[in-house]
Formats: sequence, structure tokens, C-alpha cells
Amino acid sequence: MSEFLIIVTNILLFITLYAQVLLLFTFFEKKNVFANTGGGDDAPLQRYPIVTIVVPVWNEEKTLGGTIESLLALDYPKDKLDIIIVDDGSTDHTREVANTFKSHPEVRVYSKTNGGKHTAVNLGISKAKGEFLGCLDADSFVDKDALTRIVRCFEDPKVMAVTPAIKVHTPENMLQKMQSVEYDMGIFLRKVYGSMNAIHVAPGPFSIFRKEVFDKLGGYIKAHNTEDMEFAMRMHKNHFPIANVYDSYVYTVTPKTVKGLYKQRLRWVYGFLENASDYRSMIFNRKYGNLGMFTLPAAVISIFAALFFTGLAISRLLTSVWRKMVEIQAVGIPLHFEWPHFDWFFVNTSETAVVVYALSLSTIFVILVGKKLSEGNMRPNMNMVYFFFFYGIIAPAWLFKAVYNVALNKKTTWR
Amino acid sequence: MHTADWKKYLYVLLITVAIFLTAFFVSNTLSNKKIEDIQTAQNRVSIDILSSETQFDLLSESSCETVGDTSLSKDLDSLGAKLSYAEVNLNDTNTEDVLWLKKNYTLLEIKDYILMRRLSSSCEEKPVFILYFYSNAKGACPDCQKEGAVLTELRKKYPGLRVYSFDYDLDLAALKTLVSLYDIQPNLPALVIHKQVGYGFKTIEEVETMMPELATLTGTTTVATSTPEKK
Repeated sequence: MSEFLIIVTNILLFITLYAQVLLLFTFFEKKNVFANTGGGDDAPLQRYPIVTIVVPVWNEEKTLGGTIESLLALDYPKDKLDIIIVDDGSTDHTREVANTFKSHPEVRVYSKTNGGKHTAVNLGISKAKGEFLGCLDADSFVDKDALTRIVRCFEDPKVMAVTPAIKVHTPENMLQKMQSVEYDMGIFLRKVYGSMNAIHVAPGPFSIFRKEVFDKLGGYIKAHNTEDMEFAMRMHKNHFPIANVYDSYVYTVTPKTVKGLYKQRLRWVYGFLENASDYRSMIFNRKYGNLGMFTLPAAVISIFAALFFTGLAISRLLTSVWRKMVEIQAVGIPLHFEWPHFDWFFVNTSETAVVVYALSLSTIFVILVGKKLSEGNMRPNMNMVYFFFFYGIIAPAWLFKAVYNVALNKKTTWR
Repeated sequence: MHTADWKKYLYVLLITVAIFLTAFFVSNTLSNKKIEDIQTAQNRVSIDILSSETQFDLLSESSCETVGDTSLSKDLDSLGAKLSYAEVNLNDTNTEDVLWLKKNYTLLEIKDYILMRRLSSSCEEKPVFILYFYSNAKGACPDCQKEGAVLTELRKKYPGLRVYSFDYDLDLAALKTLVSLYDIQPNLPALVIHKQVGYGFKTIEEVETMMPELATLTGTTTVATSTPEKK
């Protein structure tokens, strides 16, 4: 490696390690800027305020039913629930499915011509009766305790919005199992960021807001197909704190195919970069605390660090493939294949390698803690193996494309 | 109510620096351990060679069957592999050590080669060996990687074959003598087979043609004897 690459590698490794240590440090610190952020008892609330849940839906006839059923099954007084389904001009039977729930007094259905998810949510918000309101995508399902746990968090008057813990709904194939590990890590991350008031996305599935947030800041606006990210940034810009309840579980359907996952992540990463650019005045701005000084810069740097390390790995791989090819050209394809016998001497023990080993260990730890938060135990499983081996191979594809699209000003699409 | 925990940022910075320093220390310790590993192996080989020489001197010609011992050559092989790995992968602080070990290794090779030559002149079963001169200098020897692969493959095919590899650029008087002895030009790779110097890349087949005696080596030790070992 050239001198320059070694320096860049070490700087990026140092930053990555710093971020990792900060996350773990915060996790063990158990200091929280908010009260009632989960893990407490499920005792009745002092007060049950009216909560409006907007379900924007577009051509989701298959999953809408399950989503509404899960809302109706919430352990929350029925007369305090206000469920608004907004059909954003579906062309399938979504409308009929929605209408079957009209018999429930807490469900209202509205229809409009197609205008994009954020317009559907805004319509729902304008009709809302609740003191608190949130949104649930029609491909997600809530745990029956989710709402009570979130509303308890609002007993802290500082809290303006609460994000839940998102899990993968019945992961079936390898790709979804891999994502379930990633989502569990996300639970860890959001818990840590929540305790620092540094959450930069209030995700679509079941983030709940005080009504006054919308009264003061307005509704969702078109924002690079990642409207929930923009809204969270706007809240921070106005110093409205966002908390997290790590045991308020919401299950979401995740892409089954690599192509589907690629499209979704491309939209997320592209949207993040564009929104971060729109709100760039917050980055490294002390006024925005941990968000400005840590979360946002870390999220931006991590994308470029991942791309750098991928490039490095690919160039090393190509070099060794090239060497192997030269050897094969010289002696032909070896007929007898020998397993290399293990000798510790040939294990890479350079300083960089030792730091990478330490980083890998702490990543494994984060994965295990994520599982603990999500499922109550730390037992390793095959999903983690899928995650460890495949995620690093496929993720750079959408990271690269997102950066490429931002650089060349190309837009992404929803589906 | 945005706040930044400056104190925490500082603690984390200290911890991160501590981890980096620890990594540096661990890496250094392990590198030194590897150097020691090579050193120990070299000492062993050195004693083996000395012992063979002494035996040879004591018993003279009758010692043909006891002196030849492929395990010695194998030790030299694995030493060579470790040394070339160390040369590429160990960090700058070990460069001096690695260079010193390489010189030591080269001397051991030359000594083993001299011993083999003596055997070859006085014993019935001839040891089979190749001298190989290469260069790691950038652009000096584009074919050396290929030639190295050929020789490794030949060693696998004929375990009795001995290959002595020498870094042409190594600053070592004994090696310079060897180079001038065969008048080897810096036109690498160069192979010395039966005291004849050949330049340029040679395939497996070409080497096999140059050394018909290789065929008799398959699966046998360097100095195979039909009589059981005498004590």
C-alpha cells in the first residue's frame, strides 16, 4: 500500500473505532436525557389521551388488512384510538379492503387522487382528532403494547416525538434474515441515539408526534422520497426532541429480493445524503448538540468510509486473483487441491489488522446486544452469519449508486 | 434542548487512542514473536547442517545414506516461505531484523548446497538440486513470480528435489562469491542446473527435460538407499 492509502486507512479506522466506542460508552453509561424510554413496567398510564394513527395506503390490498387488525388489537382504550386510512388513489382492491373496517367506530377512511405518500399523510393529519398522532405504513404491524409504551414516554413533557423499535416481520429467506440482524442493530442504535437526543430519522412505521409539532412546523413536504427523514431534521432544526422506546415493537415487511432491497436502500441513502445536504448547516454545529456533532457527521462519514474500505478490499482481491492467474499460467491448474494447513505465523498481525479485529469483535457485541433488546436473549444464530458474510458484499452497491446519483443529480423512485 | 456531552467525547477519544496504542503494542509483540520463530527455526537448521557436515567429515564416504535427510530441506523450505512473508508483511520496525534473518538463511542455504555438492561428488546416489536467483526489486524481474510458482510446483512433484533460492540483490559477501563463481548476470530469473546457468522463464517441462534424473526421484528421499539405515 502506498503511504497515502495507509494514512487514509488509519484515519478512517480511527474515526470508525471512535464512533463504535462512543456508541458502546453511551450504551453502558445508562444516562438518558428522557424519562420513560422503555424497559419499565406495563402498569396502566396516568391518562389515556386520544391518539390518531394515519395509515397512508397505495395498492397494498394484501397487507392493509393485517395492519389495521394489529391497530385494532392494541392494548389501548378503543374510544381513545382514532385510525384514519387514507387511500392515495389505489388502482387495486385496497379501497374495498379499507371499507370493510368502516364498521369499527374508531376507523375512518378517506380517498384522494394519487399524490405521493406525504400528501396522504398530510390529509390524515388535517382530519386528526388526537392529541398525539403518528403514521403506520400499510406493510407494518404493531405489537399490542407498543402504543401504551410510547404514550408513557410522552409523560416527559420535553418529548415531542417518540420512535419505536422496528423488527422484520416473519423473516423467511436469507435476505430477510440478514435484514432482521440489521434491524436489531438498528434497535440498539436508536436506543443509544435516543438517549442522546440525536435521532435523525423518525421512521414511517409508528413514530408518534405531539399534535403541536405539526401545528408549529406544518406537515410533510416532498423531500427526495425520504419525507420522514426530512421531518426529523426539521424537528431538530427547531429543537424539538425525539425520544425512542426500545421495547415498543413494530414489525415491518422487508424486501424479499436483492433487487427490491437495493431499490429501497438506494432511496434511503440517496434521501439521507440529499436531506443532509439541505440541512448541512446543522453538521458540526454545536447548537444541535450530539446530533450536529456526532450523529450527522458519523452517518455521512460512514458512507464514504464503507466505500473506501470496499475499494481497498476489491483492489486486494484483484491483486491476489491476478497473482493466482500468473501462477496458473506458469504451472497450469493444480490437479491436487490442498487445504492450507493453519500456521499462526501467516495470520495478519499488522496494527491495522489488530484494529480491524477489535472492530469486528465490538460489532459482534452490538449484534448480540441488538438481539437481546429485540428478543430478550443473546444467543447467536445463523442470521448473524448471513449478515456478517453477505451484508458487506451487497451494501456497497447501493452506497456507491446513491453517492453516484447525488453527484450526478439523478433522482430515485419509490418502487 | 440540544446538548453535546463534551466530557464524554473526550473520554471516548482517550479510550480510542488507548485501543490504537494497544493494537500497536500487540502487533509489535506478535511481529517480534514471529521473528523469534524464524530465528529458532534457523538455529535448528543450522545445527542440523553442522551435524551433517560433521558426520560427513567423520565417516567420509561411507556416510552417504545417513547424511541425506529431506526433513532438513523441508525445514529450509518452510523457513523460506516464512521469511518471504515476513519481508512483505512485517512492519518497518522489523525491517532490520528481517534482513538479518534473510542473510542468515542465505548462508544456511549456501552451506547446505556445499554439503550436497560434496555428497554429489562422493556418493553413488546423487542429490538433485537447483540454484535459483531472483530479484524483488521493482521491475527487475517480471517473470520471477512465475518461476517461483514453477519451482514450488516442482518441489511438490519431486519432494527429493532441493531448490536454493537467492535474492540477487542481497548484500552478502558469500552470496556475491557464489554469483561470481557462476558468473550470473542480473538478467533474472536465473537457474543453475548441473553447473549450467540458464536465463529467463523456464516451464516445468523445460526444467524436467534439463534434469532427466528428476524422474527417478518421485516419492523418494534425496539420497535414497536400498540398504537399511546403519547405526
